[in-house]
Amino acid sequence: MSDILQLAQQSLWQPTGLIEQDINNTLGKIMTPGIDYADLYFQYSRHESWALDEGTVKSGSFGIDQGVGVRAVAGEKTGFAYSDEITGNALLDAASAARSIAANSGDQGAVAVRNDRKIAPLYSSANPMESLKDEDKVALLRQIEQVARKADSRVVQVMVSLAAAHDTIMIARSDGLLAGDIRPLVRMNVSVIAEENGRREQGSSGGGGRYTMEYFVEQNRAEEYAHEAVRQALVNLEAQDAPAGEMTVVLGPGWPGILLHEAIGHGLEGDFNRKGTSAFSGQIGQKVASSQCTVVDDGTIANRRGSLTIDDEGEAAKNTVLIENGILKGYMQDQTNARLMGMEPTGNGRRESYGHLPMPRMTNTYMLAGEHDPQEIISSVDNGLYAVNFGGGQVDITSGKFVFSASEAYVVKNGKITHPVKGATLIGNGPDVLTRVSMVGNDLELDTGVGVCGKEGQSVPVGVGQPTMRIDGLTVGGVSV
Amino acid sequence: MGNQSNKSMAEKSWSPQPADAQEKQLLEIADQVLERAKANGATAAEVSLGHGKGMSVNVRNGEVETVEYNRDKSLGITVYFDHRSGSSNTTDYADAALKSCVDAACNIARYTEEDEFNGLADPELLATKIPDLDLYYPWQLEMDEAIDLATRCEQSALDQDSRITNTEGGSLSSHDGADLYANSHGFRGLSRSSRHSISCSVIAGEGDGMQRDYWYDSCRDQSEMRTPESVGKETAQRTVRRLGARKAATGTYPVIYEPMVAASLLSHLVSAISGSSLYRRASFLLDSKGEKLFRDSIRIHEQPLLKKAPGSASFDNEGVATKPRDIVSGGVLNDYVLSSYSARKLGTQTTGNAGGVHNLTIDPTEDIGLDDMIKSMGTGLVVSELIGFGINNVTGDYSRGAFGFWVENGEIAYPVQEFTIAGNLRDMFMGIEVVGSDFDIRRSTRAGSILVGEMTVAGA
Ligand SMILES: [Zn+2]
Repeated sequence: MSDILQLAQQSLWQPTGLIEQDINNTLGKIMTPGIDYADLYFQYSRHESWALDEGTVKSGSFGIDQGVGVRAVAGEKTGFAYSDEITGNALLDAASAARSIAANSGDQGAVAVRNDRKIAPLYSSANPMESLKDEDKVALLRQIEQVARKADSRVVQVMVSLAAAHDTIMIARSDGLLAGDIRPLVRMNVSVIAEENGRREQGSSGGGGRYTMEYFVEQNRAEEYAHEAVRQALVNLEAQDAPAGEMTVVLGPGWPGILLHEAIGHGLEGDFNRKGTSAFSGQIGQKVASSQCTVVDDGTIANRRGSLTIDDEGEAAKNTVLIENGILKGYMQDQTNARLMGMEPTGNGRRESYGHLPMPRMTNTYMLAGEHDPQEIISSVDNGLYAVNFGGGQVDITSGKFVFSASEAYVVKNGKITHPVKGATLIGNGPDVLTRVSMVGNDLELDTGVGVCGKEGQSVPVGVGQPTMRIDGLTVGGVSV
Repeated sequence: MGNQSNKSMAEKSWSPQPADAQEKQLLEIADQVLERAKANGATAAEVSLGHGKGMSVNVRNGEVETVEYNRDKSLGITVYFDHRSGSSNTTDYADAALKSCVDAACNIARYTEEDEFNGLADPELLATKIPDLDLYYPWQLEMDEAIDLATRCEQSALDQDSRITNTEGGSLSSHDGADLYANSHGFRGLSRSSRHSISCSVIAGEGDGMQRDYWYDSCRDQSEMRTPESVGKETAQRTVRRLGARKAATGTYPVIYEPMVAASLLSHLVSAISGSSLYRRASFLLDSKGEKLFRDSIRIHEQPLLKKAPGSASFDNEGVATKPRDIVSGGVLNDYVLSSYSARKLGTQTTGNAGGVHNLTIDPTEDIGLDDMIKSMGTGLVVSELIGFGINNVTGDYSRGAFGFWVENGEIAYPVQEFTIAGNLRDMFMGIEVVGSDFDIRRSTRAGSILVGEMTVAGA
C-alpha cells in the first residue's frame, strides 16, 4: 500500500472508525444486477485565504469541507448522492439513494477493494498552510504591497491575496481499485490601479501551483508578480481604443494559451463528443489545424496547477495528444464516457468536490513549440494585433464560437509593435481558428498557475500554455471601426 | 430507464426531519457558536448557517441520464476583536468541528490588522420585523414524477420541429431549505425558501451548422411553474431560429438586448456603484451620486419585499432591514449599493445590500414588447446571448461576444454569430433609449428588452 493512501485513510476513515470491510459492503450493496459500475469518493479539504486591501491585511478565512460522494452507473444512467458525514450509516444511505436508478432486485455483489498500484506522486503531500507561519503570511502580503507602491508613484491602489488548499481524497471503485491522493494548491494574486491625469487603469498578475507557500518567496516570485501588475497598469494608461474587425493576430507565449482551452479543449471533452453536441463531433482523423500545430493535455507535469497524480476516478494522469501536426487525434475522457464510446480513459475524470459528479475536464492544455523565432513572427505582420495578456474566455461548444478577452495588446504596423490598445474581446470559430495558424514560435511557455475552468457549475484548477503564434484572421472586438 | 420499481425508494433514508426541529437545531448551534466566540474573548461575532436538500434529474433522448440527491449544510462565522476580524467555515455540525471552526476564526483574527471600519451592522439598523415573503413551498416530489416532467419537456422540444437533430435533454430540479443569520447584538433572522426549476436544451442542424439553445422556468412555488410542454416548445423555437447564422458585419448600429441578456447591463451598474468598488476607487462611476447617468425616462429600483420573488429578503446578510428604494430615478443616480463596512469607509450609512441587491428592476419606458421595438429600430442588431467577460469595471470599457439577429426595415432578416459588441458602459447607459415591458421575472434582476442607441459591432 502506498504511503499516500495510508495518510489518506488516516484522515478520511480513521476519525469515524471506517474500515475496508465497510467500503466493500457499501459497494457490494450497490452492485446488484443492473448496475455496471459504482464508486465512492472521500474528501477532506482545508483551505485558507488572506487578503490585503487599502493597506491593511483586514481579512482572513479558514474552512474545512469534508464528505463522501456515492455514484452508481447503469448503462447511460448515473445515480448520485452524497453526505457531509463520513460514517458507515451515511455511506449506506447515500448508496441506496444512488442505486435507485436501477430496479431493486437480485443479490448483493461481492467487491473487495485493494491497492496494488504504485504511482509516483507529482507533488509533495505537505500541508501548504503550515509551510509559513501566519505572521509571515501577513508580512509577505505587506511586503508585496510595498514593492508595488514603490515601483511607481502612479500606483494608487494595491490588492494582494494569498490562498492555499490541502485536499485529501480517496476513491474506492466497484472493480476493486482503491486509490488516494493528497493535493496541495497555492495561489497568489496582485492587482493594482494606477492613476494619471484623472485616468485610472488596472493591472494584475499572479501565480502558483501544487507547492507550499515557500514557492512565492523563492526566486522573489511574489515580488515579480507585483512588478508585473504595475507594468501592465502603466501600459494600459497609454492604451488607445482597440480596432474592430477581422485582422492578423499574434498571440504571445504562455497564458494566451487560453485560446487552446476555449477554442479546442472544451470541444474535445468526451461527454460532448459522445452525445454528438460538439462542433468537433466525429472529426477524429480529420485535419482541424495547420500542420504546425500539435496540442496536448498533460496532467503529468510535476507541481503544475492543473496536474493530478491520479484523477478523481483513480486513473493515473496522462499526457494525451489532442491534435498532432494538425490532425485531430483524440478526446479527453472520464470512465463513463470512455466506456460508452469504447475508448480508454485518459485521466481526465475530474470533479469540484465530493458533492459533484465527475466529468471529462482538462488538466494542462498546451501547444508544443514550433520553429519560428518570436521576433520573426511579429516582423512578418503588416497590420495587426499583438496580444500578450488575457482575462477570461468562454465557448459555445455546439457552434464552436469562442471568445477570450485581451487585457494587454498592441497594434502592429509594418512588422513593428506600436502603441498599446485597450482590452478587447477576440472572437473566433474553434474548428477553423487553428487552420489559420501560419507561424508557431520556438518559445513554448506555460502560464504562471492561475487558471480556473468552469463547466456545468463546477470549477477546477487548470493550466494552459503555448508558444508565440500567428493567426491569419481573427475578429477583434474593439470600438474603433 | 423505465419508470418501474424505483418509486420513492429514496424517501426512507432521505426524508427530512420536521422543519421546526431543524430550525431549532440551527438556533441552538448559532447560540453555541456565538457563546464560544465570546468565551474566546471576541468582542463581537456573527454567524450564517443553513441547511438544504433537493434532487435533480436529467433525461436525454427519453432515457434517464442522471439522478442526483443533494443534502447540504454549511456554517460561516466572523469574529471581531475590537477592529480585527477573522472568518472560518465548516460543513460539519459536530460539537468538536464547531469548536475548532470558532477557534480557527479567532486565531486568524490574531494576525489580521486593525481596521476601524470593521464590525457588525449598527444595532438600530437591524430588522425588527421579519415578514413572511412567501418564499417556501417545499415540493414532495417523487423521482418518477420528476422524470416524467423532464421527459415531457424534452419530448415536446423534439416533437416541435424536424430540424431538431440532437438533444442535451430535459431537466427538473427542486431544492428547499432554511438559513439563519445571528449576531452578538442578539439578532436572529431565519428564512426558509424553496426553488424549483425545469429546463431543456436541444440542438438543431448538422455539422458546422449546428446550433444549441435552451429555455427554462424557475419559481418558488411549483404550482406556478410553466408546463413542461411550453418550456420544451420555447426551447425548440429558440434553437431553430438560430439556424443559418452568418457573421455580422463590422460597423456601428443600434442594439436591442433581449430580456435574458438585458439584465446583465443592470449587473454592470451594480458592480460599478457597489461599496467595495467605490472605496477602492476601482469603478468608472466614482463620485457619481447625484449625477445623471441615464435619460430622464429611466427608473431603476429595488423591490426586496416582493412576495414569492427570486431575490426577496427582509434583511440583508448582516441583518439590516431591507427596504424598497429607487437607485436611479429620472435618470439620476440617487444612491450606491453598500454594506455596513463599505458605508463606514465612505462615511455614510449602509443601504441594506450586504450580499447584493434584491429584485433590482428597470421600469419599462413604454408599454412595448420585443417585436414592436424591432420595428421601431429599423436597422440594427438583436442580441440573444452573450459570452465572455470583457467588462472593465475601472474604465467601463465593454466588449463581449454575442449571438443574435440582423434587423432590416424593422424585421429580422437572418441570425448572426461570431461577432462582438463593444462600447463604454457610461455611453451605453446614457444610450438606453427604450426599455420594454416584456419582463423576465424568473431572475432576481428584472429587465425587459433594452434598446441601446449605438454600439460598435465587430464581425466580418
Ligand atoms: Zn474552461
